[in-house]
Amino acid sequence: MTELLIASIFQENLALSFFLGICTFLAVSERIETAFGLGIAVIVVQTITVPVNNLIYNGLLIEGAWAFIGLPDIDLTFLKLVAFIGLIAAMVQILEMSLDRFVPTLYRALGIFLPLLTVNCAILGGSLFMVERQYSFTDSIIYGFGSGAGWALAIVTFAAIRERLKYSDMPAGLRGLGNAFLITGLISLGFSAFAGAGL
Amino acid sequence: MAALMKHISTPLINNNPITLQILGICSALAVTTSLSTALTMSLALTVVLCLASGLISLIRNHIPSVIRLIVQITIIASLVIVIDEILQAYAFQISRQLSIFVGLIVTNCLVLGRAEAFAMRNPVVPSILDGLGNGLGYSLILIIVGSIRELLGAGTLLNYVVLTPVSEGGWFEPLGLMQLAPSAFFIIGLLIWLIRTFWTQQKEAVKFELRTRSVRS
Amino acid sequence: MLNPIEGWRGFLARDNDDRVKAYGVAVLVAFVCAIVISTASVMLRPMQEAHLEAERQARMEAMLDTLPSMRSIMQEAGVDTLETRLVDLASGTFVSDIDPDSYDAQAALNDPEQSVAIPTEADVAGLQRRALYAPVYLLESDGELLLVVLPVSGVGYQSTLRAMLALEADLNTVAALTIIEQGETAGLGARIEDADWQAQWQGKQIADGSGEIVISVVRGQAAGPFEVDGISGASRTGNGVANMLRYWLGDHGFGPFLNRLQQEGL
Repeated sequence: MTELLIASIFQENLALSFFLGICTFLAVSERIETAFGLGIAVIVVQTITVPVNNLIYNGLLIEGAWAFIGLPDIDLTFLKLVAFIGLIAAMVQILEMSLDRFVPTLYRALGIFLPLLTVNCAILGGSLFMVERQYSFTDSIIYGFGSGAGWALAIVTFAAIRERLKYSDMPAGLRGLGNAFLITGLISLGFSAFAGAGL
Repeated sequence: MAALMKHISTPLINNNPITLQILGICSALAVTTSLSTALTMSLALTVVLCLASGLISLIRNHIPSVIRLIVQITIIASLVIVIDEILQAYAFQISRQLSIFVGLIVTNCLVLGRAEAFAMRNPVVPSILDGLGNGLGYSLILIIVGSIRELLGAGTLLNYVVLTPVSEGGWFEPLGLMQLAPSAFFIIGLLIWLIRTFWTQQKEAVKFELRTRSVRS
Repeated sequence: MLNPIEGWRGFLARDNDDRVKAYGVAVLVAFVCAIVISTASVMLRPMQEAHLEAERQARMEAMLDTLPSMRSIMQEAGVDTLETRLVDLASGTFVSDIDPDSYDAQAALNDPEQSVAIPTEADVAGLQRRALYAPVYLLESDGELLLVVLPVSGVGYQSTLRAMLALEADLNTVAALTIIEQGETAGLGARIEDADWQAQWQGKQIADGSGEIVISVVRGQAAGPFEVDGISGASRTGNGVANMLRYWLGDHGFGPFLNRLQQEGL
């Protein structure tokens, strides 16, 4: 279990090893505070959606799931994309509404990031990997949390580097997005060193 | 007419979705190891983007704001699944190489981004053209990156040998790095540098300047 | 009696924040999308399956081509393709009452009646279930076995791997290993599909003198007949391939069948 947790944070980092959620990663990493807020939001959403998608997939979509009402041949796995993304969008909106209602301070801090998460491929990617690797329900909770935490770690690290770079003197055309790409390339090159490591 | 054409021409370089709007990058990194996958991905994304923008614009006045996101995503996801099924049936080889990345078009922020930013507020025809323009802008970057990576990584273009590798008696030593994902970051980063060196006078370049000025010194 | 057209207009004219409209739009969108997807999926499925089948055939042909002198042996033996037989994995005997060509291994795997759960301690390949029967492909000449091809599968790093393993007549030397399906990391694990990587399997030994399965994929330089070079950065994919062979050649996989062949011949 700890193995899965550590692997999902480091070796199989969603952002840096699989390049998921990179759009948000680049767009919302100019300041550490915002990057941190987004990171927390990803952890929360990921920890909820991966296990719930696990239940949906194994309970409703997989071939044989409808055997209890006499339809063992029904295979709805082609609907997994639409089911997962629907659930993610619903979860994000429910989370947004309930935070707004019950924890307004947290809502003000995280609120603007939540809608972004629906289209964050890290979230959908997490659920798709869960299916691909056939995680059990408990594993999927751990994997959801770990992959979210790994993504958060990556964006906070990246934001910290970018904050320092504000004062660097680089060619005008490379300022901002240009160097962000180059740095992400270097970080991902660095993280690829984790790929074979057994922590 | 000229106004309509602008929807197509501006996203090509002036307001390119990848290099300026920071939309749709994930897939751009993953499918550009060869030109043929980049081309198929470009085509699939452009089709999904046009259809999604058109459909969402068609029903934009009847989408309740509470369930706005879910409705948009459902439409996009359905289109993506259909395209994926069609690719698997008619372009099998390519779909093998692309399979999970076609699925990830659903979360390509470009599609939802244009739906939110443009199609929800504009009539059908401009929305479709906006989709087409952004799709072409995305394709342009993908094709450039795909060509560079395939050419330098394997010495071929669309599987035709251009630079004969050493292993086959030529002089060219393929760069292994080009087959790995970090190279896509480097190429796009350098591409942005290039674009911003030549298009500094563009309005979007000013927007970029603003961003650096917001730095508290 | 409500006029449907007027009812529709009335529905559209409702305020967008109205609860009925929100539910109505949600249901309508879901319904229309479900119909479109299901139609596409059902209509295109035969074509997709035909492609998959054609691909499997092509890989089989390609594997035959990689084997030295295989084509000429086949020509001498007067056969143009391998013979397909079904094997009962538990007993290692051939199944004669089912036509191998009509046997659908994938469907059998999903049918609780035609498959068994793999005990956790034996499940090195991470498969969880396997079908009771498996097809094998044999090449024989004058009643003498020249080559046996076994379909194997297992969990790699991030996907299920499927491969065809060809064993020579001693049932211990690998004649060829061809990966026919994988979804590993592009550029790293996915390189198990490269012909160069697969070529190093030829001539490797599966089990040592005592009969224990020792073949493995190692990091760095492979030494001896029981080791194959791994792909750097993809050690788990390599382990997945080795575990797949370990399971399928072991007692719970084709082990009984191979033992029977060794002792009794065909």
